[in-house]
Amino acid sequence: MEMRRDGDCIELLDLDPFLAELLRQIPASTKAEGVDSAERRLFSEPAAATEKELCAEWKVYVQPELRRLFGHATDIVVADLEQLASNEKPFANCTLRIPTRNAEAWLNALNQARLAIAAKFDFTESELSDHYRSPIGSRRDLSLFQVNFYGFLQEWILREVDCV
Amino acid sequence: MTVQPRSSLAAALPNESASAGAEVCGSSVGNPVIEVETKAAEKVDLPWQVVVHNDPVNLMTYVTMVFQKVFGLPRAQAEIHMMEVHQKGRSILWTGVRERAELYVQQLHGYLLLATLERTV
Repeated sequence: MEMRRDGDCIELLDLDPFLAELLRQIPASTKAEGVDSAERRLFSEPAAATEKELCAEWKVYVQPELRRLFGHATDIVVADLEQLASNEKPFANCTLRIPTRNAEAWLNALNQARLAIAAKFDFTESELSDHYRSPIGSRRDLSLFQVNFYGFLQEWILREVDCV
Repeated sequence: MTVQPRSSLAAALPNESASAGAEVCGSSVGNPVIEVETKAAEKVDLPWQVVVHNDPVNLMTYVTMVFQKVFGLPRAQAEIHMMEVHQKGRSILWTGVRERAELYVQQLHGYLLLATLERTV
């Protein structure tokens, strides 16, 4: 895989089918899927539990707005990922172009996905910072790789956006 | 960035209300409702802190970018707060009236940072 800036786009070139599939998984990965820990992380409390009134009001007035915001970011990513669906040869490498105007939506959706996956699998800080982990041998390993791959993409998008 | 609250105004208003309330109580004997309302207003007007907590998943560069966007901090100052979050577990990003503090926390939650409102006292 190669990444480069091309005018108003961030390009991911020569994406192999495995990495392309991980990208396709971003929207699904943002969903908490009824996992309490993931839901709690995406919609964290605004104050200590002793601030009961504030926390209750937050759930009623702010959380729906946050859901709308997260959903909007994910929708933009879904639309960009359509490029990967139209690949005529399923096992051929492909290219993804992310318009820089969508960079913030990508950063948000990637963060939702990373946080939701990390909460579901309860990754420790040492696991998350172990970048020399042995090859993928389990669903947990794959999910950790996914979190790190999405983090790598975030870093790269941040660097490119900073250069605008 | 730790912006000091509009302290003179925020701190003065409840006291003014309290003394005004005392006068009213003096002229119309025994009206405890006013005093109760004054206490509630005082509670709301106390300065609140916007605190960001450590999170092993959020990237350091991402957190720095969010601090720059939400609080308008220069990069160097945003990085200082980010490092404080990373090393000490938390950093106070702003102090002031509750309404604005709530808005900041909402924005920070929009970027998926762990942020809370805390009373200063």
